[in-house]
Amino acid sequence: MSTYEKYYVPEQSRFPIYAATSLFILVMGAASTINALGQPDSMSKYILYAGLASFGATLFFWFRKVVQEHLAGLDSAQLNQSFVYGMAWFIFSEVMFFAAFFGALFYVRTFSVPWLGGEGEKGLANMLWENFQSTWPLLTTPDLGAAYTVPEKSMSFPGWDKILTWLPLWNTIVLLSSSVTVHMAHINLKAANKNKFNIWLGVTVSLAIFFVFLQALEYYEAYEHYGLTLNSGIYGSTFFMLTGFHGFHVMMGGLMLSVMLIRSVFYNHFKPDPHEHFGFEAASWYWHFVDVVWVMLFMFVYIL
Amino acid sequence: MSAVIESHDDHHHGPAKGLTRWLFTTNHKDIGTLYLWFSFTMFLIGGAMALVIRAELFQPGMQIVEPEFYNQMLTLHGLIMVFGAVMPAFVGLANWLVPMMVGAPDMALPRMNNLSFWILPFAFLMMLSSLFMEGGAPNFGWTFYAPLSTTYAPPSVTFFIFSVHILGASSIMGAINVIVTIMNMRAPGMTLMKMPLFVWSWLITAYLLIAVMPVLAGAVTMMLMDIHFGTSFFNAAGGGDPVLFQHIFWFFGHPEVYIMILPAFGIVSHIISTFSRKELFGYSSMVWAMVSIAILSFVVWAHHMFTVGMPLAAELFFMWATMLIAVPTGVKVFNWVATMFRGSITYETPMLFAIAFVVLFTIGGFSGLMLAITPADFQYHDTYFVVAHFHYVLVPGAIFSIMAAVYYWLPKWCGNMYDERLGRLHFWLSFIGVNVTFFPQHFIGLAGMPRRIPDYALQFADWNMVSTVGAFLFGASQILFLFIVVRTVMGGKKATPEVWEGAQGLEWTVDSPPPYHTFSTPPEVK
Repeated sequence: MSTYEKYYVPEQSRFPIYAATSLFILVMGAASTINALGQPDSMSKYILYAGLASFGATLFFWFRKVVQEHLAGLDSAQLNQSFVYGMAWFIFSEVMFFAAFFGALFYVRTFSVPWLGGEGEKGLANMLWENFQSTWPLLTTPDLGAAYTVPEKSMSFPGWDKILTWLPLWNTIVLLSSSVTVHMAHINLKAANKNKFNIWLGVTVSLAIFFVFLQALEYYEAYEHYGLTLNSGIYGSTFFMLTGFHGFHVMMGGLMLSVMLIRSVFYNHFKPDPHEHFGFEAASWYWHFVDVVWVMLFMFVYIL
Repeated sequence: MSAVIESHDDHHHGPAKGLTRWLFTTNHKDIGTLYLWFSFTMFLIGGAMALVIRAELFQPGMQIVEPEFYNQMLTLHGLIMVFGAVMPAFVGLANWLVPMMVGAPDMALPRMNNLSFWILPFAFLMMLSSLFMEGGAPNFGWTFYAPLSTTYAPPSVTFFIFSVHILGASSIMGAINVIVTIMNMRAPGMTLMKMPLFVWSWLITAYLLIAVMPVLAGAVTMMLMDIHFGTSFFNAAGGGDPVLFQHIFWFFGHPEVYIMILPAFGIVSHIISTFSRKELFGYSSMVWAMVSIAILSFVVWAHHMFTVGMPLAAELFFMWATMLIAVPTGVKVFNWVATMFRGSITYETPMLFAIAFVVLFTIGGFSGLMLAITPADFQYHDTYFVVAHFHYVLVPGAIFSIMAAVYYWLPKWCGNMYDERLGRLHFWLSFIGVNVTFFPQHFIGLAGMPRRIPDYALQFADWNMVSTVGAFLFGASQILFLFIVVRTVMGGKKATPEVWEGAQGLEWTVDSPPPYHTFSTPPEVK
């Protein structure tokens, strides 16, 4: 069973306190910047930038150290297993983060919007705005746009005749393909085809960038042509928060995969043995997770 | 900092000297100590705020503070006690004990462990600094219901939101560390069903933390967006719903209250077994009871919201689901009593706290059952009865178990015995103080006194006065606790490795204090 005379317990490290301090600067800067929105001469944003830069730098050097320790052979199979469990539980925490936003979406679609429209057991809520009728996607607001900017169009399925110009479909195709390509990369890595691994991983990263580009295009369309914004009531709120956090996670996952690509191409890291490429495997898990979230989004935000 | 590390065959390696020991440490014992001292500091700060509240409530009418400041005290007291005192104390205990109990050299991810701790002082610095900001500190209660926390919040709410974000990150990292340590670092032969109950309780707690802290992050993110970026999650005019906030918050909040009590169950099981000099009665049923409580905790959240206007089916479902929790909880209480039955009991301080835990936590559990009954809750909701209920499960529940744990394991940690007479004095003062404070709140609550107000009608005056006297007694007796702990750390009668007659577990097989790196070679567990 376990042999942990070899379990690597690092000596004192400066990384954690640097990370905590820079995280503190980052959030103080973020909160001050947000509170000072609309005051263009506020200096708060420089605190935010300083926090971002120092936090990013700390993480970079921290991860670099972990990679170096691995290359120096300090990590046992058991420590590797700790990373495996750690990544799995981290992804579970991310699942629960998205669960909060999906939960909000289900709640407004099933309960609060119908109730405000006079349907269901708490339809009494219609007395607040008697002219409001419940629909989904909600292209108006209960106060009929008094405090919100009402969109002209939603992002939902536009009908079969317009399907080829419907961006979310292409987004789905791009992201699902990238899950396949990252899996192809993994298969080739295990088969010791390093070149093919690099190529497939490179294709995956390109697809990630393409996805983010398409998503940006969609946001541009929404803001410029549909009048759909964060300020468009609960439909816009749930749409942008769900797709926005998903897009942010795509960028994070894409960043992880890019780092793996650089490590593989320029530093020749990763070998077929699972213990020798968990960094890549963790990033690919994360990528599959991001993909599953998108499938859920496609179903519940765009189609149903 | 070079890539070369010291060989771990070197068992004589001790801690670094000076302040950097604490700043840069990767040692689970150092980090456990940091957590525990931090938690005690927060306990005193949050306690001082509670005394401001109780002083104002000593008499009807406004005497000491402005209502606005009262609300800030009320909010910060709750937030500090939940996130600053109780949770970090349990994480500190987990840090000290879990690696020793499972026979591991340290936590699985030692550097991340240090990061989890050092986020906390910064997060609370940020939260407390809001007291000095324009508009004052958060004033909407620790449950920060929208729209009080969105439309009507002071500007400092933004700082509160980011503070909660990094607190959550700290908790998630801490929980991942505990879970990975338990899953991956157990000594050979220690199967899951041979794990000490404290380890089991933390395995389940860590799972709950990872499941619900991200939901809290989601809730505060939605608040942030509603306040500053025009979304309408909690605004009915845009199609959202303030009640949605309560659903999301309590989906986090109910598992959260079990996060604050499950480790207590583990601690009390150890202590009662030791001082009864008997094996714990019904070990496997204890494990399954905790698992059941954890699972049920995800489907009972709306019992906090019975009066908010939910459909009848929801009211009934959440009522029955909540009452179901009494079953596994009852299993635990009966198991503790059965463990004591015909035991050779002695009443050292940890045992006194543990027995008081069983009795007083059960009182809190019963008032919880009363609150679970929907039609009755319409009367109790937002009265002092609720305040009495959750303080009974948190103060003589969670806090007493933490104190019991400190008395029980402190000789192991520092190698010195505490003063038994002073310990018992601390117990009796706390026990009397806590009951004098919180028992009368049942009466004034049932009589209709609402919670979260700085002034009240005349008929509640007598019991409020009693409650305030009790609160100051309880608060003062914690200074004695501080004195006892400091004195024990400084010196005293040397503790043996076993410390207690009949104590079971790997942590009692090593010296008191244990070597800086315990179990570099895993022990064999049979």
